[in-house]
Amino acid sequence: MTTAALSVDGLWKIFGPRSDRVIGTPDAELSRADLKAKTGNVVGVKDVSFDVAPGEVFVVMGLSGSGKSTLVRLLTRLIEPTSGSVTLNGEEITAASESKLREIRRHQVSMVFQHFGLLPHRQVIDNVAYGLEVRGVGKKERRAKAGEIVDLVGLTGYEKSYPDQLSGGMQQRVGLARALAGDPEMLLFDEPFSALDPLIRRDMQNEVIRLHRELGKTMVFITHDLSEALKLGDRILIMRDGAIVQIGSPDEVVARPADDYVKDFVSEVPKSHVLTLKWVMREPRPGESLEGPALPVTTIVRQAARAAIASEHPIRVVDGDELLGVVDEEDIMRVVVAEEES
Amino acid sequence: MTTTAPAPAVRKPVEPGAEPPPPERSSVSRWIPAAVVIGVWIVAYLLLEGTDTLALPGVARTDLHDRLTEFNNDLLASRDTNPVMQFTNSISDLLRSLFEWVQRMIVVPNPPRPVPEIGWLGVVAIATYIGLAIANWRIAVLVCLSFLSFGVLGYWQDSLDLLIVTGISVAIVIVLGMPLAVLVGTSTRANRAITVVLDLMQTMPTFVYLLPVVLFFGIGVSAAVVSTMIYALPPLVRIAGFGIREVPTATIEATDSAGQTYWQRLFKVQLPMARKTIIVGLNQTTLAALSMATLAAFVNGPGLGKPVLAGLRINDVGAAFVPGVLIVVMAVMLDRTTTAASERSEKVARGGGGNVRQRRVLLAVGGVGTLVAVYLSRTYIGLAEFPVYTIGDRIATWVNDVMDWVTSTFGGITGAFKDLVTTWLLNPMQSLIADSPWYVSFVAIAALAFVFGGARALVSSLVCLTGIWFFDLWHDAMITLTMTLVATVLVMVLALVFGVWMARDRKVDLGIRPLLDAGQTIPPFVYLIPVLALFGPSRFTAIVAGVVYAAPAAIKLVADGVKGVSPTTIEAGRSTGQTTWQEITKVQLPMAKGSLVLATNQGLLYVLSMTVIGGLVGAGALGYDVVYGFSRSEAWGKGLAAGITIVLLGVMLDRITRAAADVRRDDGPGPRRAFHTRLPIGFPGDRKVVET
Ligand SMILES: Nc1ncnc2c1ncn2[C@@H]1O[C@H](COP(=O)(O)OP(=O)(O)O)[C@@H](O)[C@H]1O
Ligand SMILES: [Mg+2]
Repeated sequence: MTTAALSVDGLWKIFGPRSDRVIGTPDAELSRADLKAKTGNVVGVKDVSFDVAPGEVFVVMGLSGSGKSTLVRLLTRLIEPTSGSVTLNGEEITAASESKLREIRRHQVSMVFQHFGLLPHRQVIDNVAYGLEVRGVGKKERRAKAGEIVDLVGLTGYEKSYPDQLSGGMQQRVGLARALAGDPEMLLFDEPFSALDPLIRRDMQNEVIRLHRELGKTMVFITHDLSEALKLGDRILIMRDGAIVQIGSPDEVVARPADDYVKDFVSEVPKSHVLTLKWVMREPRPGESLEGPALPVTTIVRQAARAAIASEHPIRVVDGDELLGVVDEEDIMRVVVAEEES
Repeated sequence: MTTTAPAPAVRKPVEPGAEPPPPERSSVSRWIPAAVVIGVWIVAYLLLEGTDTLALPGVARTDLHDRLTEFNNDLLASRDTNPVMQFTNSISDLLRSLFEWVQRMIVVPNPPRPVPEIGWLGVVAIATYIGLAIANWRIAVLVCLSFLSFGVLGYWQDSLDLLIVTGISVAIVIVLGMPLAVLVGTSTRANRAITVVLDLMQTMPTFVYLLPVVLFFGIGVSAAVVSTMIYALPPLVRIAGFGIREVPTATIEATDSAGQTYWQRLFKVQLPMARKTIIVGLNQTTLAALSMATLAAFVNGPGLGKPVLAGLRINDVGAAFVPGVLIVVMAVMLDRTTTAASERSEKVARGGGGNVRQRRVLLAVGGVGTLVAVYLSRTYIGLAEFPVYTIGDRIATWVNDVMDWVTSTFGGITGAFKDLVTTWLLNPMQSLIADSPWYVSFVAIAALAFVFGGARALVSSLVCLTGIWFFDLWHDAMITLTMTLVATVLVMVLALVFGVWMARDRKVDLGIRPLLDAGQTIPPFVYLIPVLALFGPSRFTAIVAGVVYAAPAAIKLVADGVKGVSPTTIEAGRSTGQTTWQEITKVQLPMAKGSLVLATNQGLLYVLSMTVIGGLVGAGALGYDVVYGFSRSEAWGKGLAAGITIVLLGVMLDRITRAAADVRRDDGPGPRRAFHTRLPIGFPGDRKVVET
């Protein structure tokens, strides 16, 4: 990772009276409930730092109230941070002037919201074109551009509908199209699919995956649903009470939960669907056969199972040419059985 | 004393004392000290009756009143030197010349022409065309017929004058009010500050600001426009501000994140999304303006209020009847037109609104027709001056005949009812309150305030009572208080009966509610006419007028409150096998207690605001003092003192009932329903605009 697309450093948000007086004092170390009781302030986000690489899908996950929405709003200063910095493509958002900030919002980042936030008095096409309109793009041009995006998200034929004539899933497609219309480098999602039915949610997740593949945008994706996080995320940040608990790739999070909070989260996850061989391989025992088939270390356990059962010999786990370790049928069974018992 | 009305309802269910929660129990205990206070009061009255009542004969004045009059005279004398007076005078001149200019365009001769620029045919055509353009052909027909009725019934000029005053006021209100509404809708701090001022403006009985307005703007058109503006501003600011504030945060956030500016947010998001509510606010403001512009006849304002007032003054029901009916016609016309216009604009915004081409052709043809009508009205004198018809006079005579017949036929019944209330409720209460020595009533009222509202109510009532005493109209104030209380008792009886009935039966609700809405659309002036016809000039007449004015709002509040009781609770109660009566008295009314107290509060304030109008029809007391103050320059000070006393009474009653309801001051818009602001008429039921 050369330069990060987004870099967050020591970000705080404290709601309430005299919120700026808390940071740096011993009060800042208090738990959320204690601080609330003592000063009436609520910690929204507590000393959060992370980087997001260009083209990465970065998922932020946590229970409701853990500060996810606050965090994502701090990134474009929809909520003003109490302290800390946010840097987007080398531009420090937290130091930007009003008009600079507007420029950034117009051209570089767009956001998709849980409750859509569409304008009920505008047709789909004009909702999608809204970002272009506030930039001052002419009507004809912005409608043409918006039309393309409407097609891209699969809403062809609904251009002239009004939002309340669409289902929830379709409304969120409009939200997605609106975010894409300005051709931003980065997309922010705040639990965009939480309000949708499970089947539609799955469609929309696939849609996001498809768009990511086609457009390659950097994404910060907020969710409280672990399976969504695992499905979409290149990396996952887990939050509790405003603070970071763990950052890691999906398999890291599942294999090495940082604490009981995370462990609780991941306990229901079918591990064999997430873990890669990295997490189950071991050193070859003395005298063990090394003639089994070779599989890359990034192979998901479930996909290695068939090979392991078919083979007489343990599977060799390799990274390129280098041998990292081995797994046999028993190692794999241990993962699968463990998850059935839990 | 002030909570007498709802009290039985609150108390009854508690007596058996099984399940109700603690607050209920505390209210039952309030009635014992209250009874003790009243008992002591009665004893003191019997011992000291008629002494120290501070009664002031009808035309007598005190030094204080004369000093106030002098102050007025001094201010008037300084007209040319005092910068404030100079400022208000120039505004006054501006408003007058604006009014007169519009008048010359459409109603009065515009020299050197012997007729206005646009004659009656042109005016009717333009009005009809506006109805067609902003609404639909049905509204166009309604507008056309309304305008024709103005002329045919013989009140062409008065009607148009009233419309002009209303129109100018509403236009200014929009210019001043929309920025305020935006502030209210977008800034929490501004909202809080402005709401405090609006609350204050709306607790004041209408007439009270007429006196200072006259002082600064003189009598006539400008006073009419200014007082109408003051009266009509709050509904727009409140309702439109509410609509703007209610725009979902999700939408604001989503569009902010697209990088919009403040103005883009305002004009592309907030105002369009609040449009429906803003138009409701406009509708309310227009109707409020019409009703105040009517009342401005008191300060010699032009329009239909004048003939009504003249008729009422000489007790000529027939003469007041026709202009009264025209006021109603105008109210209905304005209400229907603004409502239909909002519905239409909604449809158009949604891409509906019928065949565009067809409509364009229709509008073009209509436009040409209108231009032709305007041209004709400028060319032929018969189409410029409305022909004189005698039908209006004949109706007046006929109404007087009918009224004579009604009074001679039913006089017995109405008279008996009047006597019943007067003998058994009004007279005893008036004796107790007004004929006790002033210090006895003073202490007794303060004690009752304390019993019902605690320390906060005690302080308010002490301040207000002291103020009332200071302004030298104690006896009159006590008589007015009595009438207000009696009227409120009657209002609450009606509210309980009809409110519960409506809440329990949807069909009844559907049947009665439109009547209540209509009742609230009619300017209060008009109520007096039939009431006066039935009961003749007396205190009781004023009370009935107050009841008629206040009842619709109170009935609706009770109905909505009772309806709001959770069905689960009712079901649970039913499963215990309670009777309907038990269900009403033990479940529904206690649980709707908040609404009952609010209804009482509103009832009191509505009734009180009719005091001055009641003064015209024999109510005497403060109402008469104000009316007298308007008519005699040497009594101006007394009128002002009476006006201030009415405000003090209002504030006191308001504080006591609020405290009794244990409504905290800072609890936001909920129960602080604005005084005088009628609920939207035919408001689409999909959204609750409670905070009008
Ligand atoms: N404007 C605000 N004022 C005070 N507290 C707030 C505000 N917004 C959010 N909070 C608090 O901050 C915490 C985090 O909220 P949020 O970011 O919405 O959580 P999440 O999106 O993870 O559910 C919550 O405890 C919430 O009550
Ligand atoms: Mg959230």
